[in-house]
Amino acid sequence: MEHHEEQKHHGTHVISYGRYLLIWLGLLSLTGITVALSGLDLGQWIIITAMTIASIKTLLVANIFMHLKFEDRMFRVFVLVAVVTLLIFIVLTFFDYAFR
Amino acid sequence: MTSGAAAVAQGHGHRDDVGAKLGMWLFLFTELILFGGMFIVYAVYRFSHPTEFHVAATELDTLVGTINTIILLTSSLTVAMSITAIQKGNKWLSFTLVGFTVMLALAFLVNKYFEWGHKFEVGLYPGSAILLNKPPGEILYFGLYYVMTGLHALHVIIGVVVLAGMMMFIAKDKITRHSYVRLEAGGLYWHLVDIIWIFLFPLFYLLH
Repeated sequence: MEHHEEQKHHGTHVISYGRYLLIWLGLLSLTGITVALSGLDLGQWIIITAMTIASIKTLLVANIFMHLKFEDRMFRVFVLVAVVTLLIFIVLTFFDYAFR
Repeated sequence: MTSGAAAVAQGHGHRDDVGAKLGMWLFLFTELILFGGMFIVYAVYRFSHPTEFHVAATELDTLVGTINTIILLTSSLTVAMSITAIQKGNKWLSFTLVGFTVMLALAFLVNKYFEWGHKFEVGLYPGSAILLNKPPGEILYFGLYYVMTGLHALHVIIGVVVLAGMMMFIAKDKITRHSYVRLEAGGLYWHLVDIIWIFLFPLFYLLH
């Protein structure tokens, strides 16, 4: 929808207000879902569902609000390297703690 | 090097917006590692004190946390829209949207002030007699709560200053439809503050 509005300006991508509003509504819905799920007794699953939803929200913010989807591929490679580095820290820490 | 400097001096020097944005992202990675380290400390202590973390989390008000989440998500929306506005040449719409973002950021801080204020009133602050009598897991939870939401709030305060600076740049035509990379960099910082909160919110408020 509204593709005619998302025209190229000076070689850069202009994202329509409508698209931003849709993403915002998606983020609010996901927040509602996490809060609703926290009221249920999901045991171990609560942390997994909460972190999954937070990751989806982060992808929406990074891709659209932070324009990552429309930037040069190099940006996504950089972000991937940074996130994988953090994940390595987390996994290595838990290899230590989980098996003590 | 010298020819480049001369070209800049003549006013038609080359501008590297992609480089500027990449620099901003590199800075954001240092922030990611800063908060990431704290998230690891949180994960380890939650892993070793699961029940105490759940008990301590009931002291937090989910409603206040949810309202602050909505405030930050909306502030991210307005700062993102301010870039579309400046790209379309709507200077004052862009100025107003950044202004909304600053007001939402201040609203977040006011909520935080009352939230922390209430915790202090009931004696739940680092080093208080009431807190020190609780089990170690709960002391750790509140320690992490104050350090992590405190560092986040400090970022919100810095964000307010940065965004207020952006408003000044827009008003003085230092940010225009042809040159708005500063607004993009300011926006990137603000979105990072939002992303940190996206993770802090479920980890501290939704533990029931």
